[in-house]
Amino acid sequence: MRERRNNVLTIGMVVMLIYFLLPLFWLFVASTKTVGDLFSSFGLWFSDDFSLLSNIRDTVSTNSWVFSRWMGNTILYAVVSAGGAAFLCALGGYGFAKYRFRGNGSMFGLVLGAIMVPTTALAIPTYLLFSKAGLVNTPWAIILPSLVSPFGLYLMRIYAQDAVPDGIIEAARIDGAGEFRIFFQVALRMLAPGIVTVVLFTLVATWNNYFLPLIMLNNPDLYPVTLGLAQWSSQASAGGGTTGAVLSLVITGSFLSVIPLIAAFLLLQRYWQSGLASGGVKA
Amino acid sequence: MSINTTDQRLEALAPSRSEARRRRRGVSHASTGYLFVAPFMLVFLAMLVLPLIYAAYLSLFRERLIGGTVFAGLENYTRALTDPKFLDGVGRVALFFLIQVPIMLVIALLAALAIDSGLLRMAKVFRLGIFLPYAVPGVVATLMWGYLYGPDFGPFAQLADKLGLAAPKFLSSDWMLGSLANVVTWEFTGYNMIILYAALRAVPHDLYEAAAVDGAGAIRTAWSIKIPALRPALFVCLIFSVIGSFQLFSEPWLMRTLAPSVIDSGYTPNVYAYTQAFTGQEVNYAAAVSFLLGLVIVIVSYAVLLVTARRSRS
Repeated sequence: MRERRNNVLTIGMVVMLIYFLLPLFWLFVASTKTVGDLFSSFGLWFSDDFSLLSNIRDTVSTNSWVFSRWMGNTILYAVVSAGGAAFLCALGGYGFAKYRFRGNGSMFGLVLGAIMVPTTALAIPTYLLFSKAGLVNTPWAIILPSLVSPFGLYLMRIYAQDAVPDGIIEAARIDGAGEFRIFFQVALRMLAPGIVTVVLFTLVATWNNYFLPLIMLNNPDLYPVTLGLAQWSSQASAGGGTTGAVLSLVITGSFLSVIPLIAAFLLLQRYWQSGLASGGVKA
Repeated sequence: MSINTTDQRLEALAPSRSEARRRRRGVSHASTGYLFVAPFMLVFLAMLVLPLIYAAYLSLFRERLIGGTVFAGLENYTRALTDPKFLDGVGRVALFFLIQVPIMLVIALLAALAIDSGLLRMAKVFRLGIFLPYAVPGVVATLMWGYLYGPDFGPFAQLADKLGLAAPKFLSSDWMLGSLANVVTWEFTGYNMIILYAALRAVPHDLYEAAAVDGAGAIRTAWSIKIPALRPALFVCLIFSVIGSFQLFSEPWLMRTLAPSVIDSGYTPNVYAYTQAFTGQEVNYAAAVSFLLGLVIVIVSYAVLLVTARRSRS
């Protein structure tokens, strides 16, 4: 009885898994094909001509290596934003959790309320402010707005509450350690799973961001990979049949652009799952 | 666990703890708190509060061909509230929210319960596999599904062709909203599942044992213990879904290149604000549109809060 239910459930979940993984499988298969095979062979299986490597070579080196540049830009924007945002959140979350100063509750409430502010509603005024400050069309236009993560602060506050026991902070104080030394040498290590969680989720948000760079950048040399791929895809669909070569670039480029994040999530799963657990429970 | 034991050890080692606690609440330590939160709050004010105030300010002005920018009061707002394109867009994302979000959250909930049930072999594979699309950029997800939907080399069209059927017109105006809903469901189900799963892991296990003693099966346990315990986590998922649905931009904007006649400049409020600001040069009006959209999101989130709060009380 129990065994049968087990199998029914497993079959249902396998169907679900296929739905979520099949498009990625298609993307991989499509990036191993020549443009001709893309149109002439069945989409969900490989053709005789396995040209993944030559597709990758074409994609990264075309237009004087512009795709490699986009990938580099994305890595730069995402890593700096995620690192900066996580640092600000760790410092702030620890401050809100462990110090009782005037305005603690009201300031934290203000930040919590801001979770609901649509980021896209901010993009247009931010663009206008940045263009006055001369920041449009620079990497800062992407990095600065990405440094704020109200949800990250919320997560870190909850995490810091439990992960750093008051007793340890007090013991360190008795030993004569200053407040910032306690944070950097004692608390930071205990906050690590929470920090990894915030890093990963900010990394995804910045890596996947499209609206902000669309507004802020018009120099293709500064594009992140999302904007670059979107530009290639509109070239491919605008040109019709003659631009099949661009189509192959879009597909192989898309495939290449998803590998780093998937790898990061798989490698760091132990950390982000425990970090998320504390956020999801207390919410 | 390890944290608790260190805590106890320290308690034994530090007899002057109570004295220290008295000092900790004192002025010197409390004011250090400001230094910890200051960097975040500064960036928060500069990158979030300031643009918000600036948007509110901009939305009260109007640009004229002659005479520059003049104060217009609430004119931009009354214009937006009577602008059929804006209202259509809001109606469309509201419909999207009402249909897509329940489907996505039910799938996420079922997946989380199945993975947590212990009745599944290779639960970890399912958990990671379903989550994986979250790591795919929205741009790539949309392009990929766009090609899958497409009539040229999409597998659906290829299969229909082999079977001698007419290819489904995923990119036609009748199907487009559903096709977009599918892309968004594909992207975010796994994220919601992980939040729900994380909350499930925290349900005390003696509750399950008590239920088993009472003779409750897996489904009964899920319904009577697990789902009620998931309410706060479901609320978080719901709020994020409100924000995501009403702000919909990248997916329709990119589908536009594949189906330009289906997706117009007012397809979603955000697409409208963007085209108003950057192709129509109507920055003031765009600010009012974004502001109204923000207001709609706050109202809907608040409504969700009220409904879920009432449910959990009864």
